Formats: sequence, C-alpha cells, structure tokens
Amino acid sequence: MKKTLVALFGAVVLSSTAVQAKDWDVVRLAVDVPYEPFEYRAPDGSLTGFEIDLGNAVCEEMQVKCEWIVQAWDGIIPGLLARKYDAIFSSMSINEERAKKVLFSEAYYNTPTGFFGPKASEVDPYNPETLKGLRVGAQRGTIQDVYATENYSSVAEIKRYTAGDDLVNDLRGGRLDVVVLDYPVGVSTIIEADGGDAYKVLGDNVQLGEGVGVAARKRDTDLIEMFNKALATVKENGVYDEINAKYFDYSIKK
Amino acid sequence: MYEAIEQLLANNDIFTLSTVLEYWDGLVMTVQLVFLSLIIGLVLAIPLAIMRTSENWLVNRSVWLFTYIFRGTPLLIQLYIIYYGVAYIDGIQQSMFWPIVREAYVPTLFAFVLNTAAYTTEIFRGAIVATGRGEIEAAMAYGMSRGKCMRRIILPSAFRRALPAYSNEVIFMLHASSIASVVTIIDITGAARDVYARYYAPFEAFTFAALIYLCLTFILVFGFKQWEKRWHRHLRPLSS
Repeated sequence: MKKTLVALFGAVVLSSTAVQAKDWDVVRLAVDVPYEPFEYRAPDGSLTGFEIDLGNAVCEEMQVKCEWIVQAWDGIIPGLLARKYDAIFSSMSINEERAKKVLFSEAYYNTPTGFFGPKASEVDPYNPETLKGLRVGAQRGTIQDVYATENYSSVAEIKRYTAGDDLVNDLRGGRLDVVVLDYPVGVSTIIEADGGDAYKVLGDNVQLGEGVGVAARKRDTDLIEMFNKALATVKENGVYDEINAKYFDYSIKK
Repeated sequence: MYEAIEQLLANNDIFTLSTVLEYWDGLVMTVQLVFLSLIIGLVLAIPLAIMRTSENWLVNRSVWLFTYIFRGTPLLIQLYIIYYGVAYIDGIQQSMFWPIVREAYVPTLFAFVLNTAAYTTEIFRGAIVATGRGEIEAAMAYGMSRGKCMRRIILPSAFRRALPAYSNEVIFMLHASSIASVVTIIDITGAARDVYARYYAPFEAFTFAALIYLCLTFILVFGFKQWEKRWHRHLRPLSS
C-alpha cells in the first residue's frame, strides 16, 4: 500500500513538473472589476475597458489564449500565489513591498493620483492643515492608501474600503470629505457619473509609484519575458495608442 | 518547537507595537459593538417574545413578520441596506440626526441589534411555549392574573430553558460582528484586513485575529458554563 502511494506521489510530482514546463497556451489574467475606465462591465455584462482591450491585444501579440478572471482587490496577490490565475492585469502599481511577493513586467501605463471632494470643499491636498478633522477615503492596500496614511493620518480620519465603488458611494452619501483615488478612475466614477455638478478635483494631482505593470509568480520569468516583449511591440506599432485614444484624451503611456 | 516560535517572533516585522495596538483597538471595538447589540437586543426581545406568544392575531403576526424578515435575510445584506440606505433618505443630511448616523457605528449597531433581537425573540418564544401546562394551571388555580403568571412562573423557567440556545446566539453574534469591517469599522477583522493589506501577509494577519476571537469565545463559553451551573442546578445528576 505504502509503495503504491509513494509511486503515485512520484507520478503526481513528475506530471506536475511536466505541466510547469509547458508553453503558455492559456494565460489566466485576474482583474478587479469595476475600476472604470480600466475595467468595468458593459451593459450586456461583458468585461470592457482600457486594460481589457490592452490585455487582449497583448495576448494576441503573444499568440496565447487569455481568460479573464474577476477577483476582488484585497485577495488578488494571494490568489495569484495560490495559482487561481497566472498573472494580474489590474492596474497594479509597481512598488517595493509587492515586488517581494510577485514579479513585475515593465510598466505599461502610469496615471496620476487625484483628490476629489464636494464642490464647496476648500481642501488643499498639499496643506494637511486644511484636512483637519475631515474624513479621507482610500481603497485599502493601494498606493493612495499609503499616501493618505503618511500625509493625513495625523490630522484626519482615514477610512479604508475594500472596493472602489463603496468608496464612491460613501462620498455621494456624504460620509467622506476627501477621496484619494487614481485620477482617471475618479474622473470617470465621481465627476462624470454625476454630470459634473456636485464634485470637483481638489488641487493638483500627484504622481505616485513607478507605474502599473503585469504581476506574475516569481518563478514564471518566461511569462513576464513574453509580456515585456509583447507590450514593447504594441507600444511601438500603434495598437497601444489606438486603445489609449478610445478611453482617454491624453496619453497614459509609460 | 519552542525555539521555532522564538525565532519566528525575533524575525517578525509585522507584529510591531503599532500593529498590536491596532488589534487592541479592534478588540475594544468588537467587544463594545457586540456587548451593546446583545444588551439592547435582549431588552427588545423579551417583550417581543411575549407578544409573539399572544393570542391576538395582529400582535402575534406583526412580531412574526419582523423575526421572519431579519432571520430570513443575511446580516451582511441588512447592514448594507441600513448603512447605505440611511444616507439617501431625503433631507437626512440636513437633519440633526446626520452627525450620528454619518458614523458607521450607529447604522451598524442598529443592524446588529435588530438581527440579534429577531433571533433572541424566537429563542424565548420557544422557551415560553414549552412551559409545562401543569405549571400554568397551578398558577391559575392560585388565582394569579395572566401578567403575574408570566412574571412569576413562565418567564423565570423560560429563561432557564433558553439559556443554552441563547449562549449560542451570543457566540454567533460575536462572529457575525466581523462583517462590520466592510463598512469601514476597524474591529478585530478590520485591523486584520489593514495589517494584511500593508504587509501582504494574509496568514499571519488573519491567524492572529482568529486567536483573539478564540480567546473571546473561550471567555464566553466559560461564563455561560458557570451561569448554567447556577441556573440548571436542579438538572444536574446526583453526585452519589
């Protein structure tokens, strides 16, 4: 019995190494939805957005089949490590702490971080004194969260949210005074979704992080290599600019 | 084993003083939230349970509807409806109540109170209905009024019968309170989520939270055991 088990175990180990050595035919990509305009659902329920289009273009370039897997943000790295998917293609800013757990590709876009609040707000994000006693919202575990915590936690109350839409809901519901959010996402979900009457951008944007990259497990260097090559190609041949123009009237290329 | 733990503690850069303090604040929040909801819920549940056993159709059915709704929907949904719903009531943001309900604390407490009140009502109702007929008949024979019979005969024995089921409800409430973290309240789970997001260390962050919950549950189980020893003395087998 023991011997059969050992043999069986050996067979499993062998076959699994065989699987690892495979060429990438199917790549499973994780996204956190909604994160307008990078990834959100069209009225018919299908996934759409800048990163969905870019991801599909990159996969076409790599000649692999891509499957999109929807995963909530705060479990997105553990899910990758647990092999629920092969890469994260979900506006993940490259930073040191994350790089300890995952392997990043070259950055494929970089957007500034914006500050949003009600029209009457007199907050100046660069003068923390003006935030005294206010409530500042950010999505938990983002670079915006880190920025808000570092700069405002001594004067203001930081509220952290699991999902971006809960954050916007609480601004609309009057529970937040300032929202620190990726600028295009904020413009799309706060300013434009409201018709542009009730909310505004507070002060100037700030550039955080080293840009957004594809994240994969550390051992999958070949996959990241493939992404780097394909990303470089679409950035060169105009495919990237075409997708960029579809969603933004300014370039976010990095 | 001991050395392994020692080494783990020496090499840890997660459980610094500030993170442990975060967990402590979370613990205080959880205990406060659960204690208040249980106390208020209990106070509401006693009259509701009596109404629920009323022979008046309207009284009985309206309490039934309340418990049906709150036992028939998940607590998370109730919390979402109350927390987000209250902000969109017309004019509430200009009213005097806004500073109170603006905080996540009050809507959350409200949802917890209503939820635990519904469950406790049904626990008590069961215990009241299960009162021996003979006891009630004896009380009537002594000429006790309905109210007096309820106060002196039915409720005291019903509380004793309800105790084991109620201790379960208390422990469930403690665990259910972890969903308060979805509406920005930093309870034990909220602290764990923050620590997890900062260090990308789900195992350490949530295991520590689980240990705190285990300690709390242990205290509750122990407390209820002592209580049952007192109240159920008459049910204990003879020692000889």
